[in-house]
Amino acid sequence: MNKIKTIVRKEWAEVFKNRMVLFSVIFLPLFLSVLPLIILYSMGGSAANSANADLPAQFQQFCKTDMNAGQCMQYYIVSEFLIMFMLIPLFIPVNIASYSIVGEKTTRSLEPLLATPISTGELLAGKNLASVIPAIIATWIGFAIFAIGTLILTGGDALASALLDPMWLIAVFIAGPLMAVLSVNFSIMVSSRVNDPRVAEQLSAVIILPLLAVFFGQVAGLFILNSTLILIMCIVLFLVDLLMVYLAVRLFQRETILTRWK
Amino acid sequence: MIRTENLTKKFNTTLAVDNLDLEVAEGEVFGFLGPNGAGKTTTVRMLTSLIGPTSGSAVINGFQIGKQDTEIRRSVGILTETPGMYDNLSAEFNLEIYAELYEVKDPKGQVEKYLRMLGLWDRRQDEAGTFSKGMKQKLAIARALLHEPRILFLDEPTAALDPEAAHLVHDFISELRKEGRTIFLCTHNLDEADRLCDRVGVFKTHLLVVDTPAKLRSQLFGRRVVFHLATSNEMIAATINRLPFVREAKVIENKLLVNLDDPETHNPEIIRTLVGAGVDIQFVGELRHSLEDVYLELVKNA
Repeated sequence: MNKIKTIVRKEWAEVFKNRMVLFSVIFLPLFLSVLPLIILYSMGGSAANSANADLPAQFQQFCKTDMNAGQCMQYYIVSEFLIMFMLIPLFIPVNIASYSIVGEKTTRSLEPLLATPISTGELLAGKNLASVIPAIIATWIGFAIFAIGTLILTGGDALASALLDPMWLIAVFIAGPLMAVLSVNFSIMVSSRVNDPRVAEQLSAVIILPLLAVFFGQVAGLFILNSTLILIMCIVLFLVDLLMVYLAVRLFQRETILTRWK
Repeated sequence: MIRTENLTKKFNTTLAVDNLDLEVAEGEVFGFLGPNGAGKTTTVRMLTSLIGPTSGSAVINGFQIGKQDTEIRRSVGILTETPGMYDNLSAEFNLEIYAELYEVKDPKGQVEKYLRMLGLWDRRQDEAGTFSKGMKQKLAIARALLHEPRILFLDEPTAALDPEAAHLVHDFISELRKEGRTIFLCTHNLDEADRLCDRVGVFKTHLLVVDTPAKLRSQLFGRRVVFHLATSNEMIAATINRLPFVREAKVIENKLLVNLDDPETHNPEIIRTLVGAGVDIQFVGELRHSLEDVYLELVKNA
């Protein structure tokens, strides 16, 4: 456990000197928290006059009976942005973890590190935690800012109750961390196989695509996220995470990394 | 402390290390010499359990490679070919990380001890990336010593260092030797190996020869005595070559070079022969073949 903590400390000391990483960890969650609040605020006056007929039919069922048409429209628009709180735990680890292995190789710091008694499991656990923890904290703080802002702007009415539905709490507090683990391990696997940190970062960003597909699918009215879908997503993510952790350890071959990379 | 038996490493079809049989005793400084691509770094990586062998075995400090790799890594220190420091982190933090990974009981104390010993204490808060090559190398040596290993693997410790920095490293290796540490030194610097090592092994995929530098010189070239003559006399070489104990004699300008095994015993007879032939001798001295001569001769014929 001590070695894992040491790796986490080392990763944070290195990574947070990088301004791009700091930007993604601080600015992105802040932006994605404040943007829906701005929309909520700006729609507050005009939304009262909006008709239900503008909403996709399958969405109207999710509007609560004590919500008026304007509030339903506000809920529809702002809830599209709530998916972004699941994007943060995917995006931040890509920035941190994609540099983790290949960066050490390019600076030649991996060989002396592997020469210590640290096991592959301990090393990868440390790198996992170093990426996952900042992503989760940033997501939760961002959501907290959004939640507090929503309560203030709406006065805690039916709209606030809908926006802070348990479905979104599951998405942020359970699906979010699972996504962070998925993102980290995917990035580590990519980082173990490529030779350039920039290539690692670009390839790792592919992990965001499925969630973007969900976002655009909802915007296009193809489907609407509900509690059942979110729960299914959490179960699938959990199983995929177990597989990804296993693969990340298996693919991390010390000998190949040390001898074939020049 | 180090014992290998038929240690072999293949990468696909490339044979990097071929049936290496080697023993290094406790407290010995062993020089591992060889040209680029000979397999020296591959050998060091196997002995430090960074990579596994294709076949054969090795025991390091009583631990078997492939079975007790964690124990081996705990008990050896390694200076890799490039220092591999975290350039954005301070010198002190770099060492603290490794002290914790090596499970050192008093990490901060050990870090301070070795930073002071290597003259880096005043720069401890500076980022390692701001250090010169020599300082990075010293920092890497400190990293290899933090957990007080009895066996040290040094891979090109003075590569790319200026003479002053190299001299400091040599002095430090001499100090480690006095402490009784076993040192496995990979180097291209044959003068360094000649001065520091108890024995050297010349390696090119397989071990060509292992012995003390003095014996290697003697075995390959014998010893060479130079007689400075008053005048050039090429005919005298034939006379000296007829003496039974002489390996080879030749005249270059006004110097008679004689290769023989035991100059102390046979020099008087050579001198008598020369004087008897009317040759005037100005000076007599011994020319030592360098370890470089030995190395080049062995590698050329490998």
